[in-house]
Amino acid sequence: MAITRVADYIHPEPQDFFHKNVWSYDHKVIGKQYLWTSLLFLILGGSLAMLLRWQIAYPGSTVPLIGNLLKNSFFFGPNGEVSPTGYLQLGTMHGLIMVFFVIIPLIVGAFGNFLIPLHIGARDVAFPLLNALSYWLYLPSGLMMFAAFFVNKGPAAAGWTSYPPLSDMAGASSGGLGMNLVLGALFLSGFSSIVGGMNFLVTIVKLRAPGLYWSRLPLVTWAQFITAVFQTLATPMLAAAGSMLLFDRVFHTSFFIPVGAFVGSELSGRAGGGFPVLFQHIFWFYAHPAVYILILPTMGLASDIIATFSRKPIFGYKAMVISMASIMVLGFIVWGHHMFVSGMNPRMGMAFMISTVFIALPSGVKVFNWLGTLWQGNIRLKAPMLYAVSFVAMFIIGGLSGIFMASTPVDVYIHDTYYIIAHFHYVVFGATLFAVFGGLTFWFPKIFGRMMNETLGKIHWALTFLFFNLAFFPMHFLGEAGHMRRLATSTGYEFLNAMSPWNEFITLSAFALGVSQVIFMYNFIYSVFFGPKAPANPWDGSTLEWTIPNPVPAHNFDEIPTVYRGPYEYSSPECGPDTDFIPMSQKPAEGYVPPAGH
Amino acid sequence: MENHAHELAPEFHAERRNLRAFGMWLFLGSEVMFFTGFFGAYIVARSAAYDAVAMPLDKALGALNTLVLITSSLTMALAVVFSKRGDRKNTGTWLALTFLLACVFLVVKSIEYGSHFAHHVYPSSDIFHGFYYLLTGFHGLHVIGGMIALAILWKRNRRGDFDEHYNDPIEITGLYWHFVDLVWIFLFRLFTCFKHQGDLCHLKRNTNTAGALTSSSSTP
Repeated sequence: MAITRVADYIHPEPQDFFHKNVWSYDHKVIGKQYLWTSLLFLILGGSLAMLLRWQIAYPGSTVPLIGNLLKNSFFFGPNGEVSPTGYLQLGTMHGLIMVFFVIIPLIVGAFGNFLIPLHIGARDVAFPLLNALSYWLYLPSGLMMFAAFFVNKGPAAAGWTSYPPLSDMAGASSGGLGMNLVLGALFLSGFSSIVGGMNFLVTIVKLRAPGLYWSRLPLVTWAQFITAVFQTLATPMLAAAGSMLLFDRVFHTSFFIPVGAFVGSELSGRAGGGFPVLFQHIFWFYAHPAVYILILPTMGLASDIIATFSRKPIFGYKAMVISMASIMVLGFIVWGHHMFVSGMNPRMGMAFMISTVFIALPSGVKVFNWLGTLWQGNIRLKAPMLYAVSFVAMFIIGGLSGIFMASTPVDVYIHDTYYIIAHFHYVVFGATLFAVFGGLTFWFPKIFGRMMNETLGKIHWALTFLFFNLAFFPMHFLGEAGHMRRLATSTGYEFLNAMSPWNEFITLSAFALGVSQVIFMYNFIYSVFFGPKAPANPWDGSTLEWTIPNPVPAHNFDEIPTVYRGPYEYSSPECGPDTDFIPMSQKPAEGYVPPAGH
Repeated sequence: MENHAHELAPEFHAERRNLRAFGMWLFLGSEVMFFTGFFGAYIVARSAAYDAVAMPLDKALGALNTLVLITSSLTMALAVVFSKRGDRKNTGTWLALTFLLACVFLVVKSIEYGSHFAHHVYPSSDIFHGFYYLLTGFHGLHVIGGMIALAILWKRNRRGDFDEHYNDPIEITGLYWHFVDLVWIFLFRLFTCFKHQGDLCHLKRNTNTAGALTSSSSTP
């Protein structure tokens, strides 16, 4: 019989090892490839942060264990201490790796790839070949990034934001080839991100199962949809900014170099006529939407987990979707709030301040809806739920400190201090990574067909929650006291000396935080191979992926399901007396009349 | 995957064409944003120093290239029309003609580049030529990308991959090609066809390219 619908098409199943695991078109395999690669980069980026913290707490002293081995190489000085340039390189690479090679590929590449087709009842994404291509662009870009560590003069050192003229001139501390490699890597990974986002958009718009209306889409998929809009329309701006910077560096154009620019004692020797602030505009036009790429998908993950473990429908489903959509629209018009002290016209600063403060509204709606979902729920405090609830708590702290910085007069004072470090890490570690831990624990049974250890999960949650807050909360105080960020040694400033006990305390907490992650790594890797076999639906979830047996077959659904109800119909009267959930695809019983408004 | 083509009904092809065209439109959306970054930067530079960022280019060559690319859009559209009729021979002819016109475009472009280099005008010479090489360079890369796609399509067409039901690669390449054409029209308008404020820029480029911005900002 001839196939008439794209959704019915079953992709030929690969037989040999290479096509099954390496060059695979299967969205589940590609999701796993993203997962493993980005987790490796997470270890790398985390280790860089440990070195950073060592230098901040004990400036100029030999790094334990590796300092003596790596004297005068990489980031280290003659005594095995972190050199000033090395410190800047560490900070730059930590930021770039975490944002572009850990968080985005982890929450979009891994979770998006694995979950979207399962959530919408499709056999694969719309363009499986492009999907494979997007991973195989991401991996070489990651390797380019990694290669930057080994070239002459080391990797980029101009901060993750790479502001010119510092990032632009060969004589500046931003090194030579390393910076070019980093820009090339960002260009490639950006391309991978655009291709992936476009693929997800087409998939979600066109391949939803019958009956899966927009109003029934799980919030994970809604969040991925909105993120994909950001990826498709904002990432090209990063490519534009990066290309112009590369032109400046390689062909000595002067897009970002004014006439007669100096760096240190060096005259640029360029024709000039460009604008350093122009780079910031183009960069933040991408990078502000990008910070929503870093948080929106995890809002989706947390929503699913919180609804499932509260045994209640999500509170205010429509408000959740509308708030995410308004974050998207507002996200495109707030980039200037990063530039209050960059020499931008103050009247523009006012406009950006107002649009930024408006984002507190949809964010607040989301927080209250999560709390509303928890309210009077039949809460099951499993490990994924602990992570998800911590996500909400940390997001509140990170979101509130964001409002302080959105306000221009306050930001002028706390700009480029540890306050911004605290804010950013509360959002991207506290919120995003907690939701990622939750999501990994929650969907682990579907991804690997095995369960993770619950006790180890809870221990890891408790230690991470404790040490995370101990490490990052004091940074608010340091920032308010005026402690600058990107400062290789604080000993040169008298007023900072009083803060060195805090810095030492933060460093010790950060080390403990780092060590706590070993528990998760052990639990994760052990469970992949030796965890107990998972049932198809271990958490009594009602979305479509839990109706599929473990391990998930290559074509996902033997028969494309029909959807009859929303994604979170927990404890509804339709469930019957014995269970408190009903799968989206279960046919309603004869004569069942859904309550009005459904 | 196309070796399963005999199992797929015409409705399947119609739906998949729809999917792929949608994907291409989204990709073009991101391409628009990519070029917007450059055009936006160019507009900012122009509004800050009008004369310095407006150097004369050869209008005749630019106009010729515009004509060539617009014609290639026509030949591409004809290739799409014939592929939808299942007319393999005509599809191949028009694809080949599109490819040839793209070659002509690149040849004219390289003549233009060559004359700049002969006068020692490089991307680093001044900010205008920085933008000029940046935008025409990326546009040229897009043309080359399109040419690779055209060559593959021509070969696949000759092999008999396409018929009146399955021809979406030709159609979505057509979408892309029209976009490349459109970008060029913007480039031509913004770089070649503008009104000079007198002949000052001629003088400036001949005397002092490096200080173009400083000297121009002092003249109204």
